[in-house]
Amino acid sequence: MSRARLLALILVFLSAAPAGQAVEPDEILANGALEARARTISRELRCVVCQSQSIDDSNAPLAKDMRIIVRERLVAGDSDDQVLKFMVDRYGDYVLLKPPVQRNTIFLWMAPVIIFLIASGAAGAYLVGVKRADDLAGDDPSDDWDGDEPRDRADSAPRDNVAKASKQES
Amino acid sequence: MKRFFLLAPLALFIVLGGYFVAGLKRDPMRIPSVLIDRPLPAIELDAIEGFEKGFSSRDIEGEVALVNIFGSWCASCVIEHPMLMEIAASGEVVIVGIDWKDPKGAGALWLRKNGNPYHFVGDDAAGRTAIDLGVTGAPETFVVDANGRIRYKHVGPVTPEVWRYQLRPLVRQLKELEYDVEDDDVEG
Repeated sequence: MSRARLLALILVFLSAAPAGQAVEPDEILANGALEARARTISRELRCVVCQSQSIDDSNAPLAKDMRIIVRERLVAGDSDDQVLKFMVDRYGDYVLLKPPVQRNTIFLWMAPVIIFLIASGAAGAYLVGVKRADDLAGDDPSDDWDGDEPRDRADSAPRDNVAKASKQES
Repeated sequence: MKRFFLLAPLALFIVLGGYFVAGLKRDPMRIPSVLIDRPLPAIELDAIEGFEKGFSSRDIEGEVALVNIFGSWCASCVIEHPMLMEIAASGEVVIVGIDWKDPKGAGALWLRKNGNPYHFVGDDAAGRTAIDLGVTGAPETFVVDANGRIRYKHVGPVTPEVWRYQLRPLVRQLKELEYDVEDDDVEG
């Protein structure tokens, strides 16, 4: 196969990759504003068959039915929240890809903050501990290691080396 | 104190790891139904082809019933079908079939071939009733009590074990309650 043909083949396969949405032409509403709202809502609703996709992305027949219902509710005059509530009444909070902030999810939402606080607390305590140990050992010249040579040797270092280290400190 | 800081990450890891391992064993297809203990939504479905009557939720008023979602396209429905036939033959409980998203005539043909365990069959070609019931796949089976409330939902085929250990005990319990209520009425 020639190189040009191979390239053409690759292009064909690339262009056949899923476009990332499953809305079919017969579903699309004539009213552009409503259709835009329907798309936004569909992206927030989980396809309960495939679970990791929104109904906007999923080709499952159930997702198609749900997209059509979303559009029907909008045409009937529902607000976005009312449409979401319609689905939550039937499928539970699970149908929302983004879990709502409420009593049983508050830990989920707060977990990053809590973990950050614990980690900063631990890091802070550790650093304070290091500083205190440094302060206590401050008079010990052998602790002021300048890093130029292995620590072991600093203990038995000649006098001028220690002088150099304390000079650096000041 | 120092030991605490050393052991805390390890403890945290073990606790989180425990949750993750437990999570691996859970079936992600098993979504808890929000409809449990809520009234069965109003259902009005036409008959499938060649059948005389469809199904209306009023048909099972005052009765304990199983509401089964099936389709001729559904592979697991074939697995549970003999069990449903057996339950129907025992006469223990009314079984309602909802023919979900079947092409015209396909559900009727399927029932003629495999036998019909249903007292009522409704045609849900559009899939609206299934969505009203929060159905995520077929087969699913709801247990409805005499007051028209959904009491239980089973996802997947009704195997003999499921019937014996989950559905039948619940059906019997609900029927006893129903009789108790009637007894009270007689006395009062």
